[in-house]
Amino acid sequence: MPDNKTLRDMHYQLVRIRLFEETIQKVYFEGKTPAFDIAAGTVPGEMHLAAGQEPVAVGVAAHLRPSDAVTATHRPHHIALAHGMDIRKLAAEIFGKETGLGHGKGGHMHLFDPATNFGCSGIIAEGMPTAVGHALAFKKQGRDDIAVSFFGEGAANQGAFHESLNLAALWRLGVVFVCEDNAWAISVPKDKATAIANNSDRAAAYGIPGVLVPDNDPVAIYEAAGEAVSRARRGGGPSLIEVKTDRLFGHFEGDAQAYRTPQELALLQERDAIRAFERRLIESADLTAKDAQDAWERARTEVDDAIDFARSSPYPEPSAALQHVFA
Amino acid sequence: MAIETKRLLTTSRAISEGIAQEMERDPSVFVMGEDIGTYGGIFGATEGLLAKFGPERVMDTPISETAFIGAAVGAAISGMRPIAELMFVDFFGVCMDQIYNHMAKIHYESGGNVKVPIVVTTAIGGGYGDGAQHSQTLYGTFAHLPGMKVVVPSTPYDAKGLMISAIRDDNPVVYMFHKGIMGLGWMTPNPRATAHVPEEPYAIPIGKADVKREGRDLTIVTVSLMVHRALDAAVDLATEGIDAEVLDLRSIVPLDREAILASVAKTHRLLVVDEDYRSFGMSGEVITTVIEGAFDHLDAPPVRLAYPDVPIPYSRPLEQFCLPSSDKIAAAARQLMGR
Ligand SMILES: Cc1ncc(C[n+]2csc(CCOP(=O)(O)OP(=O)(O)O)c2C)c(N)n1
Repeated sequence: MPDNKTLRDMHYQLVRIRLFEETIQKVYFEGKTPAFDIAAGTVPGEMHLAAGQEPVAVGVAAHLRPSDAVTATHRPHHIALAHGMDIRKLAAEIFGKETGLGHGKGGHMHLFDPATNFGCSGIIAEGMPTAVGHALAFKKQGRDDIAVSFFGEGAANQGAFHESLNLAALWRLGVVFVCEDNAWAISVPKDKATAIANNSDRAAAYGIPGVLVPDNDPVAIYEAAGEAVSRARRGGGPSLIEVKTDRLFGHFEGDAQAYRTPQELALLQERDAIRAFERRLIESADLTAKDAQDAWERARTEVDDAIDFARSSPYPEPSAALQHVFA
Repeated sequence: MAIETKRLLTTSRAISEGIAQEMERDPSVFVMGEDIGTYGGIFGATEGLLAKFGPERVMDTPISETAFIGAAVGAAISGMRPIAELMFVDFFGVCMDQIYNHMAKIHYESGGNVKVPIVVTTAIGGGYGDGAQHSQTLYGTFAHLPGMKVVVPSTPYDAKGLMISAIRDDNPVVYMFHKGIMGLGWMTPNPRATAHVPEEPYAIPIGKADVKREGRDLTIVTVSLMVHRALDAAVDLATEGIDAEVLDLRSIVPLDREAILASVAKTHRLLVVDEDYRSFGMSGEVITTVIEGAFDHLDAPPVRLAYPDVPIPYSRPLEQFCLPSSDKIAAAARQLMGR
């Protein structure tokens, strides 16, 4: 069980990530209404938000240091923030601004941050081999840093998933593979795409521990991750954690989700993990109602500051497009 | 006076209609891919097919491209005619082996004894800020690798006729549609993405270019969305007394070299517009064709306007700096005319 300080930190992380995602959602639709045009408005391109999946990122990242490597997917904001990415630089990158992480060149699916050894990919499962490589480097360098790779349940049917697990197991590398099972790969439900119910069972095929966290509970995730992270740090090799989580919004913003029933969508809102966690902390007296409210207010200030920073930052010079092809 | 009402379709509807008509005609045709069932394809190319043909013939796949593109190869060899959609061309890297070492080579390796009649459909193109891994226009990559045809329509009419030809073709065909020509509700509207499409099935031969606008003064050779950018530029140029011919290649493999040479023999000037990367691609191939076959007809060195050799930036001003536009096409045409 995490101590009181950790619980309170986790609560704050959950709250600020949720507010960040909700704010990005609002900003994303600026200039795209009434007629949705993906190219118009403040933030162009596709936008994949992770509201509902914050507990996975926060529960795992609570065990990480900035020198641990993290690879994420096309849905990366919650993981990036939980791992300590500068929120202003993240926001500015999403806006395509000069002050962003990659000076606006990468964008929301392509965030690279040397300060927190963070990377992500818009290509499904392709962050997984990279995580193996990070852990390989740490081993060669004699460091006890580890790599964590987050991926969706849809990615677990890619060759890269299986090849990465095997290689990490074979070389006994310090990698924690974390599957965010939100039950959907865009419009395709997991039971129409995966022949078995739990991806954690697949760990057995590679002789590594596989742990199922059946609900979206930050504490349960924290505990499962704690074990996997310390095993990896002490040279005990990789493990696979699977969390059944929820995607509260569409696959991308603008997705009408015609493939999901209104009942399912309503149920998701009802069982929102952040609200449930907050209620529990108040009941257990780990947090007062006032503390909880303060956390939301503090997070609101932090998020608003980041968005203002992004908004008021300049765009890069157009011709900067030609720079950085080669080092 | 009788008013002729002709049925209008978006490009995405025209494609799905072409597929549906071939599925009705030939029971060996089936479709598979990511989100092509209930969703109807992220870009609408398979809309309505699941309702019409059921999940046995319209199969959503897991995100397992090596397996399902490879499965299409096997199924085609065993007598089916699969259409496999892989959402964005940028994702082909994960299954490229099945494409360029298997789909494209087995017919040759078998000495012509094995046929691999597959259509692989995918979306190309940027312009809406989707970044380096979702905005590429990689037709040159596929055209460079022998053994597959590469089709790149620009209009609803061509899209349907070329889809029907692609399905009937005994070769693997990579069928690339630009997101900006599909007539999607959520992309910046392109007025020519909705047009008259005949209801009955019809085939447009693969490898025949089409003159989308006749002109005297220069030839603009291009494909896909850039056909529309070139037509817009031609309107501006006409007001300045420059009469541009716009040649839509419609397929890159086979390449209609005759049509390119004929047009340049008429106009004596060549501008190639390419949304794919500049070097080692379509623009170089078209210019070489003219140098080899119509050098004496040229009144000026050919000009190319293409995507520079840099990954596609996310930030809008950067991406717009790189992309060919109708203004840049008009400027290149003026330069070519010495104005
Ligand atoms: C190799 C590859 N194939 C297909 C896609 C298109 N695509 C993007 S997200 C996605 C669904 C991913 O589902 P999952 O891994 O479960 O993650 P989630 O979106 O649910 O977080 C698909 C098919 C892609 N980006 N890369």
